Amino acid sequence: METRAPLLELKGVSKAFGGLRVLDDLDLSVSEGEIVSVIGPNGAGKTTLFNVITGVYPPDAGEILLDERSIVGLEPHEITKRGLARTFQTLRLFLNMTVKENVMAAAYGHTSAGVLRTVLRTPGMRREEREIDGLAEECLAFFGERLVGYRFDQPAYSLSYANRRRLEIARATATKPRVLLLDEPAAGMNPVETHEMTELIGRLRVEAGYTILVIEHDMHVVEGISDRVVALDHGVKIAEGTFDEVATDATVVEAYLGTAATERR
Amino acid sequence: MAGERQNPRETGPVIGVDEWVGREQELREERGGLFGRARILGERIPPVVWLAVFLAVAAVLPLLMNTGDLNRYGLNTAIFALLALGLNVAVGWTGLLDLGYVAFFGFGAYTYALLSSTHCFTETTCGVHWPGWATVPIAVAATALLGFLVALPSRRLSGDYLAIVTLFFAQLFLTVAANGDRVSALGLTGGVNLTGGPNGVPNVDPIEIFFIRPTTVEAYYYFTIAALVLVAAVLWFLIHSRTGRAWTSLREDALAAELMGMPVNSLKLLAFSIGAAIAGLAGAILAAEQTGVFPGNFDLSILITIYAMVILGGAGSMPGVVLGAIVITVVFEVLSPTTSTDKISLLFYGVILAALVVKIRPLWRLAFVLGGTVALGYAVHLVAHAVSPSSTRGEAVSGGFLGSVTETLFVIPADPGDWPKYAYVALIVALLALTRLDGWRRTLLMPPTLVLTVFVWENLLVLEPAVTRFILFGALLVVMMAVRPQGLLGKPRVEIV
Repeated sequence: METRAPLLELKGVSKAFGGLRVLDDLDLSVSEGEIVSVIGPNGAGKTTLFNVITGVYPPDAGEILLDERSIVGLEPHEITKRGLARTFQTLRLFLNMTVKENVMAAAYGHTSAGVLRTVLRTPGMRREEREIDGLAEECLAFFGERLVGYRFDQPAYSLSYANRRRLEIARATATKPRVLLLDEPAAGMNPVETHEMTELIGRLRVEAGYTILVIEHDMHVVEGISDRVVALDHGVKIAEGTFDEVATDATVVEAYLGTAATERR
Repeated sequence: MAGERQNPRETGPVIGVDEWVGREQELREERGGLFGRARILGERIPPVVWLAVFLAVAAVLPLLMNTGDLNRYGLNTAIFALLALGLNVAVGWTGLLDLGYVAFFGFGAYTYALLSSTHCFTETTCGVHWPGWATVPIAVAATALLGFLVALPSRRLSGDYLAIVTLFFAQLFLTVAANGDRVSALGLTGGVNLTGGPNGVPNVDPIEIFFIRPTTVEAYYYFTIAALVLVAAVLWFLIHSRTGRAWTSLREDALAAELMGMPVNSLKLLAFSIGAAIAGLAGAILAAEQTGVFPGNFDLSILITIYAMVILGGAGSMPGVVLGAIVITVVFEVLSPTTSTDKISLLFYGVILAALVVKIRPLWRLAFVLGGTVALGYAVHLVAHAVSPSSTRGEAVSGGFLGSVTETLFVIPADPGDWPKYAYVALIVALLALTRLDGWRRTLLMPPTLVLTVFVWENLLVLEPAVTRFILFGALLVVMMAVRPQGLLGKPRVEIV
């Protein structure tokens, strides 16, 4: 058995909006190098889970540990700096910046040139700029030919939907994260693109070494990538295990299809 | 990637792939007439060349102008260009609607003036004459600090709310400046004169930097150009750095920027402070150059002018906002009541004629419009003459050939009475109708509109230069925003959800 502590760990995390309990005493852990999928019907609290982990909302109760250090109460950019980056279900690219600038901007957290060094163009600052440039091209090249070459200088708004999803992942990787949070990476993609995304998520672990927590609705993708699947409903973990275990779990089937399928406990 | 960049124009669009979408803007720009071509040209020429051209023109300008003109066109433009560059940091790059900007301009000016003038704070404390090499940096630093302090409580605000708070601040500054001549608060007693009140601060010292002591308009002009180039260089380096990318990122999507590791709040504070510092520098130069500061120098009309420059030139583009400053100052000065009506008329008719020649295609349509205007004008002239001979006996405002042509072809009554006012209303109706019509209907309406334009111009507008200036200025902005909403050199922005 793995004796090391998990890389990302949530203990008893709760979050309510007014009277609506969106996350209720949730425990979740992701070990280094693991790919964990979060599934659940719409409104189950999956995106809120991501928002709480990344610091967009503070949790009402509970502890969130990244590499055994608490990240509760930190500003989102500080959490990103600690090694946690995400993509968005509703794409949030910097549309009027070029493809490459989108990725270069995300290198902010692990670079340091301030106003004075920038204005004086110190050698260190220029070296850092070259490194950012190189990193951006490297992150974009991960997606093959799609986002490289003349694409570097095209505005992000000119990209197709699938390429925007890829660019979001590239941007997230430019923050040099250890844990990558992907919010419905295959949403809105056609079957070929979805298949490609499945392979890509696998490569992100094997080639780039990221630990990945992913929200996904497409069960083919979930089946294809997951070491472990966590099913949420109304902010409560209703099942956890391998894909086959969770997919056949009576509670999960009930959550998706309603009480007619099984009898209520 | 070994970086061999494909040129999509050579390879052509690939069906079913999103190349075409990416190229659409480019294709549109290519067809975009003069502006499109100018922009493509602008992008091919490296910025250093533009800077050299700008400097060459700026350097010889004093040789071509007398002192009065250099002050009105050169120095004024340079100070406004400086202001526009500073405002662009907050508005164009960071996307913060800062309506308090003019207060930073004023604060810099007052800081300089109070520390380097004969101003008396009390009866015994008079004439703090610190040298410029100390006061200018103090004014810049103090204004940057003020920008920081204003941004501190408002950094969590965005959009309309930020605009309201900063506008309030601008008004607050004006009120304090205009009433701060007998302050008995904050531990001050006996009515300390902090700002000179409505009379401002007169007798401000020149900016003395070691052996330089500029006192002439030429000297201040060169000084300001130097400051402008320095500021432009600093900003150019900044926008092409991680800081600049972070600013534009937070303009595009503040939440995404924060989650991608950019400290949005501190970046906003930084943008506010840097913009304010530049305004402070412009203020210090203004104070020294006009040897005084007055509350009226910093009222809201100045704020609107600076915004007009940034928007017209293209928010976000540094050459754009400088160009905006040049265009607006020059247009404003050309239209000023002191310019002779002769020159203004020539310019007015020239611009209309040029616009017609450039815009109207095919050529037969242009010929119809011009010929129709002359024919219709002359017909009206003959009818008016037959009805009442005195109605064509007035004199055109322009002399010489243009004047006699206008007198012969159009109606200029000796005593027009109320007719020009009615014609003015009719002209506005005709112009509005033109925007709603197209095809042959528009072509048909052009000649009567142009005849009306000449009539209204000769008999009304030229006689009221102070009002006309603003009407023309407004018309220019309306046309500009309709033709090119992103500004002269701005990039069109899209918001696709």
